[in-house]
Amino acid sequence: MIKINNLNFGYSKHQLLFKNLSMQLSNGHIYGLLGKNGAGKSTLLKNLAGLVYAESGSMDVLGYNPAKRQPALLEQICFIPEEFYLPSVKIDAYVKANAVFYPNFDHPYFTSLLAEFDIPVGQKLINMSYGQKKKVIIAFGLATNAKLIIMDEPTNGLDIPSKAQFRKIMASALTEDRCIIISTHQVRDLDNLIDTVIMLDENSVALKASVEEITDKLVFKRVKEIDETVIYSEPSLAGFNAVMPNFHKEDSKLDLELLFNAVLAEKNKLKPIFN
Amino acid sequence: MEFRDNKAIYLQIAAYVCEHILLGKWKVDEKVSSVREMAVTLEVNPNTVMRTYELLQNKNIISNKRGIGFFVAEDALKNVKDYLKTQFIEEELPVVFRNVYLLNIGFDELETRYNTFVKETFNP
Repeated sequence: MIKINNLNFGYSKHQLLFKNLSMQLSNGHIYGLLGKNGAGKSTLLKNLAGLVYAESGSMDVLGYNPAKRQPALLEQICFIPEEFYLPSVKIDAYVKANAVFYPNFDHPYFTSLLAEFDIPVGQKLINMSYGQKKKVIIAFGLATNAKLIIMDEPTNGLDIPSKAQFRKIMASALTEDRCIIISTHQVRDLDNLIDTVIMLDENSVALKASVEEITDKLVFKRVKEIDETVIYSEPSLAGFNAVMPNFHKEDSKLDLELLFNAVLAEKNKLKPIFN
Repeated sequence: MEFRDNKAIYLQIAAYVCEHILLGKWKVDEKVSSVREMAVTLEVNPNTVMRTYELLQNKNIISNKRGIGFFVAEDALKNVKDYLKTQFIEEELPVVFRNVYLLNIGFDELETRYNTFVKETFNP
């Protein structure tokens, strides 16, 4: 569904954010895009959606080059940015003006999502709280029935019940022909929703692996003492939370925060395991 | 359902399905929740639920009827018990044994406590 080859991108010509970044994404998955502040998560998403243009390299999204911004591609992309602007109109007017760009827009589904998110329909968008606005654009984005769904920090601003609703909605939104990419720092909001982890660091992809592959190769567990097999560890109440090679085919639960810190701290030890 | 923090999610979902079968909430030949329904209920990725269902299929606990969905298999009850027993013996019993040994708990005491527990919990 998405092929990125040797992408070079920078906001200034002298300082590249991505150097020869390559990656392939396929449909039927929810990808979790992780990285430190400034690692380029939002920028990568903007590249995919044709909102910024690379210096060089090639990008193929559903058979199109997003930088050309052809309507046939854009109607298949739903992009939920972290920062957004909504006009001073009510929801029905907003839909009337914007849904026409998406030939597969599903009005009854949109209505049901608004109800699920408990959105006051009669209110002007501009008078809603940040969280309510966010839920409106998430509902609108999913109702477009786009094949590529890109979400930048979608759970920011959502209250506690809305986060659970969001997870339910995303679990049902994943279909065989859809590709969902979610960038987030709130890993605990989403860790059971993501099936493949993409981590950006130092101008490129530091790790891209499915949860199954990660827990096949690594084991995450609490240990009392640290020995030389431990790749990375953090002290905890009852010893250490450790990441180590999965020599004994143990089943463990992926700890995304621990993995994140392990990738940042021990890239050289992890690289050979995933190649 | 509350997920614990140390066990793979697809295995926790498997335990959840097994418990439903053991408690008779899902009976032999009855349809189990679809992958999508289960994913929505538990707020997890549908691919994770698919992995669980593949595991349970391999253990002959559920079976896939093409085009209709997943059903509780004929010998599910026996197979669930075998599966859970193996897991208990491999994972939980060593922890119990360790404490029994470290705390010098005698088998007589264990037996008495076990009998009281069964009486209080299962035949009140």
